[in-house]
Amino acid sequence: METHNLHPDKWVDLYADYLFNYAVTRVNDSEIAKDLVQETFIAGLKSAKNFKGDAAERTWLISILKRKVIDHYRKKNSKKGKAEVRMTYSSQTDAEGDWLEERIADPNSNFEIDALENEELGLAIQACISKLPKKQAQVFVMKTIEGMETEDICNALEINASNLWVMIHRARTGLMGCLNQNWF
Amino acid sequence: MMVSCEKAANICDKYQYKEATVWEKIQLKFHLLMCKTCTKHSKDNKKLTTLCNQARLAVLSEEEKKKMKENFSKLK
Repeated sequence: METHNLHPDKWVDLYADYLFNYAVTRVNDSEIAKDLVQETFIAGLKSAKNFKGDAAERTWLISILKRKVIDHYRKKNSKKGKAEVRMTYSSQTDAEGDWLEERIADPNSNFEIDALENEELGLAIQACISKLPKKQAQVFVMKTIEGMETEDICNALEINASNLWVMIHRARTGLMGCLNQNWF
Repeated sequence: MMVSCEKAANICDKYQYKEATVWEKIQLKFHLLMCKTCTKHSKDNKKLTTLCNQARLAVLSEEEKKKMKENFSKLK
């Protein structure tokens, strides 16, 4: 069986965005998500000696992050009286009093499925981005995800526009190939 | 009027970020009429843009990562 080694020096560059995406979809707050990612790296470093090498580094880190997310919710709910189901009543004034029935999920709604699929998609894209050469990934992220202007990226990275487009092109082609099996 | 496949691909990339000029768009459309390979590439490229938007990706900024690395290296 293939064994894996840990390379903590590369964690932030390789997995920070991937883990951040995972966390942010679960806690819905980018500050908290950022903290959880940081805690995950620290916990990972502390328990590195327990790493058996039978999972890939990223999978192992995600499993730590999962615990961190659960802990986060536990802490949040542990304050007395908070661990209860809360329900907001419908503000519709013309409701006929069947308030519980009115709160039931719409069985025809695709919202949950879409949300799940989009999360999976986000992680897949993030994983593919991390496989790109560093410079290409950087340019692609700045342009596509952060939505920066071409000129600003060129100034920040000290490259010219045609350089930028070459890297964008390579990154996009790489991503298409990487996402190909499942998403195209 | 007829541009190379390389140029067409470049315009197509710019198009994904709404940075192609009107003239470039005409050149691209014209090229795509003639070239099957680029039509396929162009379709996939567009799909990638749609997927990226759909996933609503979030990333940490370089600064935040730098901070993380600093905090992290203190521990080692």
